[in-house]
Amino acid sequence: MNRKSRWAAGPYILWMIIFVIVPLVLIGVFAFTTDAPFDENSKRLTQEELAAIEEEYAETDEELPVTYKTVFTWDNILSVSQYLPVLFNSAWLALIATAICLIIGYPLAYFMSRFRASSQRLVQMLIMLPMWMNFLLRTYAWMTLLEKNGWINRIFGLIGVGPFEMINTQGAVVLGMVYNYLPFMILPLYSVMTKIENHTIEAAQDLGAGSIRVFTKVVIPLSMPGIASGITMVFVPAVSTFIISRMLGGGTNMLIGDLIDLQFLGNAYNPNLGAAISLVLMVFILLCMSITNQLDNGDEEMEGKML
Amino acid sequence: MKRMILLTLCLCTFISVFPISSSAYSEDYDWERFKGKNAEINVYNWGEYISIDEGNEGDYDTVSEFEKLTGINVNYTTFASNEELYAKLQSGGANYDVVIPSDYMIGRLINEDMLLELNYDNIPNVKYIDERFKDPLYDPYSVPYTWGYVGLIYNKTMIDDLGELESWDIMWNEKYANNILMFNNSRDAFAISLFREGYSVNTSNLKQLEAAARELEKQKPIVQSYVMDEVFDKMGGGEAALAPYYAGDAITMMEDNPDLGFAVPKEGTNLFTDSMCIPKGAQNKEAAEMFINFMCETETALRNIEYICYSTPHTEAFKLLPEDVQNNGIYYPDLEKIKTERFYALPETTTKQIDKMWTDIMTNTNTSPWLTPIFLVAALGFTAFINVRRTMKKKQNEL
Repeated sequence: MNRKSRWAAGPYILWMIIFVIVPLVLIGVFAFTTDAPFDENSKRLTQEELAAIEEEYAETDEELPVTYKTVFTWDNILSVSQYLPVLFNSAWLALIATAICLIIGYPLAYFMSRFRASSQRLVQMLIMLPMWMNFLLRTYAWMTLLEKNGWINRIFGLIGVGPFEMINTQGAVVLGMVYNYLPFMILPLYSVMTKIENHTIEAAQDLGAGSIRVFTKVVIPLSMPGIASGITMVFVPAVSTFIISRMLGGGTNMLIGDLIDLQFLGNAYNPNLGAAISLVLMVFILLCMSITNQLDNGDEEMEGKML
Repeated sequence: MKRMILLTLCLCTFISVFPISSSAYSEDYDWERFKGKNAEINVYNWGEYISIDEGNEGDYDTVSEFEKLTGINVNYTTFASNEELYAKLQSGGANYDVVIPSDYMIGRLINEDMLLELNYDNIPNVKYIDERFKDPLYDPYSVPYTWGYVGLIYNKTMIDDLGELESWDIMWNEKYANNILMFNNSRDAFAISLFREGYSVNTSNLKQLEAAARELEKQKPIVQSYVMDEVFDKMGGGEAALAPYYAGDAITMMEDNPDLGFAVPKEGTNLFTDSMCIPKGAQNKEAAEMFINFMCETETALRNIEYICYSTPHTEAFKLLPEDVQNNGIYYPDLEKIKTERFYALPETTTKQIDKMWTDIMTNTNTSPWLTPIFLVAALGFTAFINVRRTMKKKQNEL
């Protein structure tokens, strides 16, 4: 490639440095530091010593002889462990949502890719359509649908069943995730599947493969890159969501995203702990992504073998 | 204390009888000393918390009135919670000249040396502010703008005995299981539990806080959901029987759904004032003080309180309100008769303890202890499966 044309990537690299690398470093810095109290002689104070000084000066108007300095600490990262159940709960719900998205999205994407070009465009637009509306509004609408006196229960009431308790359950949270992130599963699957030529499938059929065999040995392996990127694109936002669980989970199903939100906009304002939780979440997502990547790589080899 | 767009539909679209003219504002105050000097101030306020022109005849636009009168440019932005304001001020990314936090946040800002002392010579209108709402602790840092208190909003059709509303105990009554809404923020939720136990809401006593937390945990199974703004939708739609919320917002909800009522439990409740302050780093303190003085003009205070539907601490504006509003027991209760306590800033360790307890209450249940091992085993198993399959394939290839 022309050496000069590499400069075209410059703006994005600059963008990435300012808005990706620098914030990441900042999160790291926040996660491993804390504001610790020091006395006049630059001696670090323990909680008890600080409390004693505060008590001593409580009656006077004098300023406390205490200064705060930013120091390195492992405490933030260690205290994240008490929130691990929340992280696993979020991951579990996100995993269920991802699986449902895959089950719903896969057949749809396959048949969509076999449609005539004009129908393909129409279906594609219909899938994108909900995303033209605001995310918050869509989730709010589900709240009205699922409520005790909501539309779904009213319709059930007409045929004499229910009312069912739907809102404020984990099921409602999963539903919200599936609804909001389904397009992110369908679109990458669809774009990979349009590249699977009908000839390939016909060749398999000519060689005597039944429809199940064609599906498991040809279609699935060839669509593996789409599956992998679809899983990543659904799982990652789903695991860190906070507004869906707040609206549809009634605040009782706190997810890791809510917990991070609480550290920054809650009463305690603890950006250090918030950054530490974010960091752990990031490592966790990285782990999950490496698993899906393996899924992808494992089958590139197969693809090679097949061709 | 959050507000909602619904407020714009608020009942208090009283017809104002006061024509707006320059003489509506005090004439012995030098409003024009910044004219032509290109002065500018940044004002940071709650959403829906100032009168704006919505295109109806007679609408009053506070900001443009101020700009017209003084020639000072106002950059007006809004926040949704005290904590958001605090995070913004802490990060130091913006310089605000006037901010309007609630009392406990003012206390915290004073403790952390983030506010400037006001010069009352530049704010003569402070004389109109009712002494009951000025807190010596926050003097001379703040001028009250509005006040309100927390009470119980209930659905008359779902409550058997209105007598039960005299105590916060009703929020723990199994009869109303799944019909109770609760505050989704630790300070307000703990306050209810502490009032019920007979403790101060500003306690730092760990035993008392733990007792309150235990009660909140006991309450959790019968709570339908933890809400803030969602309460408008849920109470308005008859989704729940009980919800604690702010008095001004209760009236908005009662307009929406006539089945709703409002009560103040005997154990006591939280009284709050939202006050105007000048944070450190303000660019133009004198212009900011002029803005605060303008907000305390009788005309401005009246128009703003009519728009935002909370209660006003401004004595003259109060007298000009329609009589049915003045006598409305929800807007202006007899403060001698209800037991109230204000929030003060808590020590940092206490705030952290409360938040920790709150997170534990919110997260512990519903999480099966099996979840962690199942998840780990599943993840590891999946990775192992893929790897084994891959090596097997490779071996097959080699053969």
